[in-house]
Amino acid sequence: MTPQATSEATSAATSIATAATCLTDWLNSRLSPAQSDWLQAKLQLVCDNREPRDLAITFGLIPRKLPRLDLQLDDTELQAADAARAGWSPQHWTIDEAARTLLLLVRYGADAAGLGECVKQLCRTADLSESIALYNGTAVFPMSDTLSQQIGEGLRSNMRVIFEAIAHRNPCPRDHFDQHRWNHMILKALFTESTLHPILGLDERANAELALILCDYAAERRAAGRRISYELWRCVGPFAEGAALEALATAVTSDDQAEHQAAVLALSLSGGPDQPIDPKAERIIAPYTETLAQVATGTLTWDALHS
Amino acid sequence: MMFIDPHAHMISRTTNDYENMAAAGVVAVIEPAFWVGQPRTHVATYMDYLSAIIGFERFRAGQFGIRHYCTIGLNSKEANNEALAEAVMDILPGFALKEGVVAIGEIGYDEQTALEDRYFRAQLELAKELELPVMIHTPHRDKKRGTSRSMDVCEEHGMDPSMIVVDHNNEETVREVLDRGYWAAFSIYPSTKMGNARMVDLLLEYGSDRIMVDSACDWGISEPLGVAKTARLALERGVPEEQVRQVCYQNALDAYGQSGQMKESDWLDPLPVDQRTVYEGNSILRGGREPVVTTDGHTGSQHVKDNNDLPGDLLIE
Repeated sequence: MTPQATSEATSAATSIATAATCLTDWLNSRLSPAQSDWLQAKLQLVCDNREPRDLAITFGLIPRKLPRLDLQLDDTELQAADAARAGWSPQHWTIDEAARTLLLLVRYGADAAGLGECVKQLCRTADLSESIALYNGTAVFPMSDTLSQQIGEGLRSNMRVIFEAIAHRNPCPRDHFDQHRWNHMILKALFTESTLHPILGLDERANAELALILCDYAAERRAAGRRISYELWRCVGPFAEGAALEALATAVTSDDQAEHQAAVLALSLSGGPDQPIDPKAERIIAPYTETLAQVATGTLTWDALHS
Repeated sequence: MMFIDPHAHMISRTTNDYENMAAAGVVAVIEPAFWVGQPRTHVATYMDYLSAIIGFERFRAGQFGIRHYCTIGLNSKEANNEALAEAVMDILPGFALKEGVVAIGEIGYDEQTALEDRYFRAQLELAKELELPVMIHTPHRDKKRGTSRSMDVCEEHGMDPSMIVVDHNNEETVREVLDRGYWAAFSIYPSTKMGNARMVDLLLEYGSDRIMVDSACDWGISEPLGVAKTARLALERGVPEEQVRQVCYQNALDAYGQSGQMKESDWLDPLPVDQRTVYEGNSILRGGREPVVTTDGHTGSQHVKDNNDLPGDLLIE
């Protein structure tokens, strides 16, 4: 192993250990002593025996033994999550999901291949809660080819909640998806009337090809007389030229107030952070002084649009 | 009035059926693992089928405001393929403890062969070990003797009758099933099983104790509104409302609730995690639509005329 590879592996292992510590702390402060003892004994058993059967049974029993309640993390706990893995924000996780993730982390640690194979096997017979827990867990699981293939399965799911376990509030797509998979995830989110703003890395991972695909998609929707999600324009803005600029120019004139605002916002940010924008883009938005004033005063932002 | 359909093969039904059921007041369904019409020849297809009824079908039902539960088992027809049956028996324990699995079933006899007998017994033992209720499919042919035999075998295995629902009863089988302490379910299924007018006669004769009504709707000509239409007819013909509630709702909840996997709060007060994932809420419970059969005691034909929420004929024969 090269020194750089060694250092990356060490840092990945540290990040996994930190994530496991976070999960342990959160669970300990929410479980009764009896529930904590049960979980602790099972974690010990699974690590000592390394029997797939023990792990599968423990994985299955967790929601029967521990409450299926929201974790309800406080700000300090959420900061700890983000420190363990940048972007990890499990505010929507439940206690049983946290315990299931911890089980896999404790058993496999940084053994990415072993963990990937285990996730694949568990997914084959998973019920919905199990699937959601496993795909949520990709936020902190080490990546492998097998895990990546399994994530592909999850993305193809018709169950929106499974798709969203991967796509939403999860740093995995931002950090691991190639451009093709990223673009199709964004497109599927729009197609299935999910939302884009909970996707991490929306601005960093924007790309010209995605902008093109989205403009085609918007044209198709318009031709069919269907509503277009205003969120789409956020991914088009940075590539506002040619056909994309024309599409944004149309969106600016939309009757749908949110789409109008999103298109103006996308164009005003199209030069990049704190950069001047292209004169052509400027000419398109110039007449909309009221909307531009909202942008200038910071009352119209992507976050504000979603709330 | 809220209804539970404790035997419905929704995997074979359309979205229209879900809409109609939800509109008629169905708040929960139980989907028994069964024979899909075409015999399965590999254990892997059986696994994917079981995954579908614990996964996608549960999710699909939730989008229509209906809570979906299932039972896991090897049905009697496919028990006759020994190689398949052996392999399926190996995978059943893993599936039987999944979320929303309320029983082992539907199991029992079809042609009452030796292989059917072997796997019926093996699954009774599994149910006992996992402390799960059992849903018994009684045979279409040689029904009366097949039903008695099913109960004999349960007793040989030391099963508690209060954990067992004997399904697809008729006028000929019901007395013995009730006398021996089992739950008696009736499938309101046109042409081959029970009609709802006959069902109402039975309710008038036997009352509502340990009796439940289901549709057994599947890929054949069947009626997903079987429970709601039976309730309507029973009310029209003077069966007391509380008894209708028992046979079309409460008894199914009591019997299958013994699994610990099915609670009234699942639909009346769902957990936040369920509302985010499997269950989008029932429009009737949210006050969006009037239930079909009112709970105010006005149950005469006037109400039927006023209400078009039960499409098709009220009588199922």
